Amino acid sequence: MSYKIVVLAKQVPDTHDVSGDVMKEDGTINRSALPAVFNPEDLNALEMALEIKDKYDAEIHVITMGPPSAVEILKQSLYRGADKVYLASDIKFAGSDTWATAYSLASIIEKIAPDYDMVFAGRQAIDGDTAQVGPQVSEKLDITQITYVKTLNELNNKKAKLTRMIEGGEEVIEANFPFLATVVDEANDPRPPEVRKMMKYKNAMTRLNFKDALHKMVKFDDEKELKNYLKNRGLLIPVIEVSDLDIDLEKIGIFGSPTKVKNIESVVLKKEKIKELQPDKNGAMQLMRELKNAKIVG
Amino acid sequence: MKRTGSVMVFVEQQEGKINDVSFELLSKASKLAEDLDEKVSAFIIGDRVEHLLDEISEYGADKIYYCEDEELKYYKTKPYFKVGKKIIRKENPQIILYGATKIGRDLAPRLASYLYTGLTADCTELKIGEENMLYQIRPAFGGNIRATIISPDYLPQMATVREGVMQKKKNKKDSEKIKVDVKLEESEVNDVRIIDRSKKVKKINLKDKEIIISGGMGLGSKEGFDMIFEFADMLNAEVGATRAAVDAGFVEKERQIGQTGTTVRPKLYFAIGISGAIQHRAGMEDSFKIVAVNTDPDAPIFDVADYKIVGDYKEVVPNLMNAYEDLKK
Ligand SMILES: Cc1cc2nc3c(=O)[nH]c(=O)nc-3n(C[C@H](O)[C@H](O)[C@H](O)COP(=O)(O)OP(=O)(O)OC[C@H]3O[C@@H](n4cnc5c(N)ncnc54)[C@H](O)[C@@H]3O)c2cc1C
Repeated sequence: MSYKIVVLAKQVPDTHDVSGDVMKEDGTINRSALPAVFNPEDLNALEMALEIKDKYDAEIHVITMGPPSAVEILKQSLYRGADKVYLASDIKFAGSDTWATAYSLASIIEKIAPDYDMVFAGRQAIDGDTAQVGPQVSEKLDITQITYVKTLNELNNKKAKLTRMIEGGEEVIEANFPFLATVVDEANDPRPPEVRKMMKYKNAMTRLNFKDALHKMVKFDDEKELKNYLKNRGLLIPVIEVSDLDIDLEKIGIFGSPTKVKNIESVVLKKEKIKELQPDKNGAMQLMRELKNAKIVG
Repeated sequence: MKRTGSVMVFVEQQEGKINDVSFELLSKASKLAEDLDEKVSAFIIGDRVEHLLDEISEYGADKIYYCEDEELKYYKTKPYFKVGKKIIRKENPQIILYGATKIGRDLAPRLASYLYTGLTADCTELKIGEENMLYQIRPAFGGNIRATIISPDYLPQMATVREGVMQKKKNKKDSEKIKVDVKLEESEVNDVRIIDRSKKVKKINLKDKEIIISGGMGLGSKEGFDMIFEFADMLNAEVGATRAAVDAGFVEKERQIGQTGTTVRPKLYFAIGISGAIQHRAGMEDSFKIVAVNTDPDAPIFDVADYKIVGDYKEVVPNLMNAYEDLKK
């Protein structure tokens, strides 16, 4: 039997790389100066879905909410074996906190794949590390919630057996469909893109990417021609806007978000009197004596 | 908006033992409640928890809700969620704090979604600000910035805090104890069935040691760490590490200190062969005294150190061990 799986993915600034020139003078981060990447644990979530597809057969739908440039992670998903991908992009989504994001994503899932069996998401995104969106989407959909999933052991008869992390150990559970699982990085090693699929999907895009593409792809005269070309080859990625959804406008975007950022400061290091000691025997003796006198070491 | 009501803490227990983070949160809640001139409330869920209520009183709860049911023995999202909803609706607190544990991070977001309210993860500081609002301060962007988050138009204001971030302080109260009964439906109890649970015996204990000796990539190899273990043995210290050292396979992941590892604040912290990346500092900079040993005089770790030793660990660590032995005589 074939399963229907929705994967939630996010494009994030690569926080591994935050350096001096990325910080603006007011202490905020210049997001555009950071390379954008596929959120690492979302790749683990996608990999878990792909493993199910390999083993049992599945139809994998990947959704991302973000600016037009986030199409890149959708292409990355296609390169690895996703079946359908969607870009939710609308100025009205802008500024959403985890609550409003989850609310929006849940409506999108209900729109594009209401008959899903499983939803997978990464445990958390590296730009916020909140780990909240998965559980919140699960509550919105009113389905079973399984966080910290390490292994999907088995699927059968609309049930899954999974191993999840608990404080100081592991737990093996069985859950009925439908459920939402958040996947941790220990779960698997995400596969690399497949060359054949890269060739096939390298020009995939949404209509929001047409303008940029026309600059690069000289063989098309206008957007219409480009659109027809993409459509005929299955390369046109659908865009989901707020108007496509059954959604309460007061609950999305910055206005629908319960949390607000009051202020942001760059981290300043505490500078106190520092005592420099020599690396030799005398320095070592001086340190140990001071620590002993202060009763810090016994 | 008018904010009234208690400051509430979700007290987490596993197998009849209350998680330390809950005591830390009760202590913080006591301070916040004092600033607001409000009471501290708490709730605890499990199969048998009544015997734990006195411990909760020790840390300042004026009012304790508890719910007992065999089906609540192990944490499961839906039953705990149902009990949590009921208690929160009954108490209507203005603030709720949760430990940023696997359980807290599973339960709190689901409750926040249901309650339509804000939730701030992994706060490192909480205080009452303008208009009695809760200022929730947390690192963001891999620790490179500190953001103050508020939830101005929604109640309760909710936050999670990691273990070890707040300090616990006893403050005994004569608590009012309120038993809550919840009828759990078969479908809620059985949507997830626990087949097996295994707990690894935790032998690495970074939290309870007064001295931590951490090593980084500067130690060069697993063997480099041997010297650190020897030094730690001598001082009755625990060995910590940077993520880079863990990733390189020098030591177990449980030893990682920092933003994505454990947060520690021992009396004494040795940083040996550690550059001092912001993500590492996030987990150790509140240590009482920090000694840094590094060959690079400009290593950023020195910015947070109390003692700076520029040199090769292969020379410095044996000197420190000898000095310690000599002083004992
Ligand atoms: C999202 C995110 C989360 C992270 N979380 C964490 C975390 O929780 N904890 C963490 O630690 N890191 C974390 N990191 C990684 C962090 O950014 C650094 O990469 C890491 O801390 C560096 O480890 P290090 O100091 O051991 O290695 P390096 O930066 O390589 O430093 C090695 C140091 O050793 C010194 N040295 C070399 N030889 C010697 C010698 N013989 N004697 C003495 N000194 C010597 C060098 O001068 C250098 O300063 C995180 C990164 C990201 C992006």
